[in-house]
Amino acid sequence: MNKKILAGPYLVWMIGFVIIPLALIVYYGLTDRSGAFTMANVLSITKPEHIKALMLSLALSFISTVICLLLAFPLSMILRNRGMGKGSFIVFLFILPMWMNFLLRTLAWQTLLEKNGVINGILTALGLPRQNLINTPGAIVLGMVYNFLPFMVLPIYNVLCKIDDNTVNAARDLGAGFWQTLIHIWIPLSLPGIISGITMVFVPALTTFVISNLLGGSKILLIGNVIEQEFMKSSNWNLGSGLSLVLMVFILISMALIAKYDKNGEGSTF
Amino acid sequence: MSQPLIDLVHISKTYDGTMVLDDLNLSVKENEFVTLLGPSGCGKTTTLRIIGGFETPDTGKVIFGGTDISKLPPNKRQLNTVFQKYALFTHMNIADNIAFGLKIKGKSKAYIDDKIKYALKLVNLEGYEKRTVDSLSGGQQQRIAIARAIVNEPKVLLLDEPLGALDLKLRQDMQYELIRLKNELGITFIYVTHDQEEALTMSDTIVVMNQGYIQQTGTPEQIYNEPENAFVADFIGESNIVPGIMLRDELVEIFGAKFACVDKGFGTNKPVDVVIRPEDIDLVEPEKGVLTGVCTHLIFKGVHYEMEVTTPDGFEWLVHSTDMCPVGKEVGIHVDPFDIQIMNKPASEDEEAVGTNE
Repeated sequence: MNKKILAGPYLVWMIGFVIIPLALIVYYGLTDRSGAFTMANVLSITKPEHIKALMLSLALSFISTVICLLLAFPLSMILRNRGMGKGSFIVFLFILPMWMNFLLRTLAWQTLLEKNGVINGILTALGLPRQNLINTPGAIVLGMVYNFLPFMVLPIYNVLCKIDDNTVNAARDLGAGFWQTLIHIWIPLSLPGIISGITMVFVPALTTFVISNLLGGSKILLIGNVIEQEFMKSSNWNLGSGLSLVLMVFILISMALIAKYDKNGEGSTF
Repeated sequence: MSQPLIDLVHISKTYDGTMVLDDLNLSVKENEFVTLLGPSGCGKTTTLRIIGGFETPDTGKVIFGGTDISKLPPNKRQLNTVFQKYALFTHMNIADNIAFGLKIKGKSKAYIDDKIKYALKLVNLEGYEKRTVDSLSGGQQQRIAIARAIVNEPKVLLLDEPLGALDLKLRQDMQYELIRLKNELGITFIYVTHDQEEALTMSDTIVVMNQGYIQQTGTPEQIYNEPENAFVADFIGESNIVPGIMLRDELVEIFGAKFACVDKGFGTNKPVDVVIRPEDIDLVEPEKGVLTGVCTHLIFKGVHYEMEVTTPDGFEWLVHSTDMCPVGKEVGIHVDPFDIQIMNKPASEDEEAVGTNE
């Protein structure tokens, strides 16, 4: 019995929904409307409005990733040290929102942050001035952190759980205090998980257009929004594909980082 | 070799309602090789972890060189630990592993380099500075773990079953290595093991523990030859533990036969437990023996034969001898007086755990 046949459905899926679309994007990205080869679509990233969108995307994703990391690492440390029973319940609480639709959760934030939304409602009830919350870069960062935090927590929690207590005890035994143990033991040993988490937050944050659409309004354009508009509004598939190719380079760089630091496949699976 | 360096005073420890250590008192002298020996769950590792600072006792104090260190975290204690599964830092090379403690203390680079060289030489692994942890065998990793601890010049080295993961031959080699190291360094070793042979080979003092109590403390000879209770006799080496009656000083009756012994002070006609080591039983002609029995079992063990001699009362005596006695043959049992060890019978099961002569 040839077991390769079992891979058939997956192969069909891969070809139909990954390989062919990718090839089409490369084709559209490197041709103009008449089908002739051109680099113009890719090079159009250098246009000021595209550069601005890309830079803003990079900046907001970077900030979100850093915030996620700063929240996730201490949290994972606490979860790990709680021991299995209590720890896994808190992990469960963390995964719980992930089961609800991503759009719904982001729409909920929209309701909270709106000019006449829940938060401003509470503020006015307390006699405080209304805050301009929605349609700001801050709102987008909030949305990204809220949506992608579990992707940072889980890989880090995973590697932290694999660190032997005695390795940490050995460091303390040799004279290391809390911070020295953190810097010389905890962080280096959890690096695969950290890298994994960074990639799993940074890449979706970089390419998102839904969060920026819902929480940034039309005022703030990320590179994801620009590409979306080229496809949906301008019907310029060639330009959209060209910009996608540029974005893909950034994603590939992230993947290369994973491959370099995450040799054992730790942290990437959960 | 006489100053008490570490004193454990009335230490108790409970985990989730289970008593692990109950009012434990232990004194360790300077430059002593002390072994905590006992079956798993006897509290020996917990005792070590309390000395190392990884556990806090519920009650009691840890006195180190005259000061109470019970509240000090591990990084503030002048002792170092060699952990059971080495616990090396896999993200560092060998030199960085050994240098870890010295770097934390902010020593100069020249001093650290000297120390690394010295430590690697001490554990016979010169030139391994740049190797990764993964490229070393278990025995080599264990030596690096020892090197990493001793470069810090601790007053006491705590070893938690350091040879447990090694194979037999390597374990024996490492036992001699450890004795040599201790003599060269002149520091106190506190060693935890469940392997009685390891304990007998290396220790100055053995502390036999069971169920959170110290059963007996003494030199290897005392522990082996004069076990204070049935647990110690049974745990250290193999032994025949038989009920007997102490007729008077220096005479004990076993299964109706009178054996001369050297023990005194038990009173007259007192029920006791008698310990006789299998190698101390001489098999003689039936008419020359104090007891007679039939050989029922015979196994060749290499150094000696292992035999079982069943006496008419049904007791199976374990006998080790270089002389072979075929199965089915009737033999006499003879034991020299100084090879008989008399113990008080435990008054209750609880007392069996505590030990009778405390």
